[in-house]
Amino acid sequence: MTDMTRPDFHGINMPSKPLFSRAGWAAMLVAAVLLCVVVPVLNLWLPADHALHVSDFMVGLLGKILTYAICALAIGMIWGQAGILSLGHGLFFALGGYVMGMYLMRQIGADGVYGSALPDFMVFLGWTELPWYWALSHSFVATLLLVVLVPGALAFVFGYLAFRSRITGVYFSIITQALTLAAMLLFFRNETGFGGNNGFTDFRRILGFPLATAEMRVILFALSGITLLGCVLLARWLLLSKFGRVLYAIRDSESRVMFCGYNPLPYKLSIWVISAAMCGVAGALYVPQVGIINPSEMSPANSIEMAIWAAVGGRASLIGPIVGAFVVNGAKSVLTVSFPEFWLFFLGALFIVVTLFMPNGLAGVAHQAWAKLRRVRA
Amino acid sequence: MSPDLLDLGAKRLQEARARAQTPPGGSGGRATGYAHPLQAGVVDVSHGRILYLEGVTVSFDGFRALNNLNLDIAPGELRCIIGPNGAGKTTLMDVITGKTRPDSGTVYFGSTIDLLRHSEPQIAGMGIGRKFQKPTVFEHLTVFENLELALACHKGVWASMRFRLKAEQRDRLAQVLHTIELSPQCHALAGSLSHGQKQWLEIGMLLMQEPKLLLLDEPVAGMTDAETERTAELLTQLKRHHSLIVVEHDMGFVRSICSKVTVLCEGALLAEGTLDEVQANERVIEVYLGR
Repeated sequence: MTDMTRPDFHGINMPSKPLFSRAGWAAMLVAAVLLCVVVPVLNLWLPADHALHVSDFMVGLLGKILTYAICALAIGMIWGQAGILSLGHGLFFALGGYVMGMYLMRQIGADGVYGSALPDFMVFLGWTELPWYWALSHSFVATLLLVVLVPGALAFVFGYLAFRSRITGVYFSIITQALTLAAMLLFFRNETGFGGNNGFTDFRRILGFPLATAEMRVILFALSGITLLGCVLLARWLLLSKFGRVLYAIRDSESRVMFCGYNPLPYKLSIWVISAAMCGVAGALYVPQVGIINPSEMSPANSIEMAIWAAVGGRASLIGPIVGAFVVNGAKSVLTVSFPEFWLFFLGALFIVVTLFMPNGLAGVAHQAWAKLRRVRA
Repeated sequence: MSPDLLDLGAKRLQEARARAQTPPGGSGGRATGYAHPLQAGVVDVSHGRILYLEGVTVSFDGFRALNNLNLDIAPGELRCIIGPNGAGKTTLMDVITGKTRPDSGTVYFGSTIDLLRHSEPQIAGMGIGRKFQKPTVFEHLTVFENLELALACHKGVWASMRFRLKAEQRDRLAQVLHTIELSPQCHALAGSLSHGQKQWLEIGMLLMQEPKLLLLDEPVAGMTDAETERTAELLTQLKRHHSLIVVEHDMGFVRSICSKVTVLCEGALLAEGTLDEVQANERVIEVYLGR
């Protein structure tokens, strides 16, 4: 033991970790070019019989999966890093979708079946004016804000109450399920003012431009891709900061974190609200692409499926959930066409296999393989 | 008020503060009774006591865990507390850290801070650190990150998101790493450390919060002889900069670190003195060391 005045700096020079390695930034750039340039060019400017042509169906499908990938990332972020498993993120996704749907309904204008300025379902119900909560739906800017704020506010209230009462683990997961189920039942009612079980559909335009064109499809696809990359950046920044390490520590031992002088509540609440808002944005991108939003999006099964994407891909990493969303949804679109009755069996089996044999998902398997390869080389 | 009066006041305050900062001794290095200004958030040890308990009684359903206990600790002192099981050692720590409220009695930190008026996190923030028996470090974070989390700084969400380690904070980290001799394991996961190293890491985490008073509950339980010896060295070294209260059963360890021992029995003070003195005390032999 030497005296305390001459500390030994061995190994302490720790430069602040960059957001991505050079290879990481290169991968982000390649992904951005692929999403914004390559796919649009292959879809719009190559003739339909060309070998490299990306079909409209494919662009639509990939665009949809990109929004799912944002949800998977949002779930992976809270589940993998903070140890909070949400089985109700479908609710936040659907809320974002409904906010966008309200705007799209107003954009139909008087072109509806009844030729009224009101949405068709309101005319059908005999309503003569818009309910108060439709007040901001004519404005695109307000819609963009509400897409983040509505799911965020609900998540804030729910999360505050749940985390303040120290509800954790499986109990938390169960009440998120109950929350989304309750919301689904509420939205099924016609009096709620969101189109009942039919929801919103028959959209015509967005910002005055027609929706059902090849160009708009490609634009929405690219927007979804860019948003996904943005969410990856945000998640990476959050989790590399000390904030992320505190979350990690909360997962390890919440009481010890309190002893270090941190209040875990705002930490858990922030990541929870950010995650919910991400899902809301994903929902808002999803609705104009598929052209419909209805309460079945809030069904508990949908939310569970989202958690499965994250689990299959590997919740411990950021790329894992995204990969999981693509793999599971890719398999779904193939299998539901060829063996529609087997899809749920397949999904269940996949979940069991992943839980039993790949606790860290596909990303974990890839990571192990990579480590092995390096050992063999060295 | 005229400017020269303001200047005079400022000058006097400065002088008084300079006096207050003289090294603590029996009476702060000056005549007792000399008035000095109180400073918010600064522990006043001018009366030679960093912790002062008087007449503390705690009962759980009629069982008196602490019974009219008096205890005082000087700045820079290392005090060992021994006693048979159920003597109230852990309850004493609970009272000091605010986890348990006594039924009666007074607990002062320095001369001015009444600990009974403060909550657990507030007391921790004032500079009383506590190490529990079982080492609890964040196993999935590295040694460096464990210490960084414990660093005394703003603990809010926004502050954490924008946190950058400053040069002086890194120096402090390096110093603590050096003190607990974990510099070579700096970037190893805390989960991969040995039991003894985890205990040291936890002491290091307490040190990062720059505590004035450290409470250690059985710090060498489960350690090897070599690790126990290392811990004794560590605590002896810490004594110069911090006040320590150590609860321990291992008499060899107590002998190697201690100048003064307090023996508790059934919630009350039984004896106080050097280890040899208390071991020679008839009553202590009767209740604790056994015959």
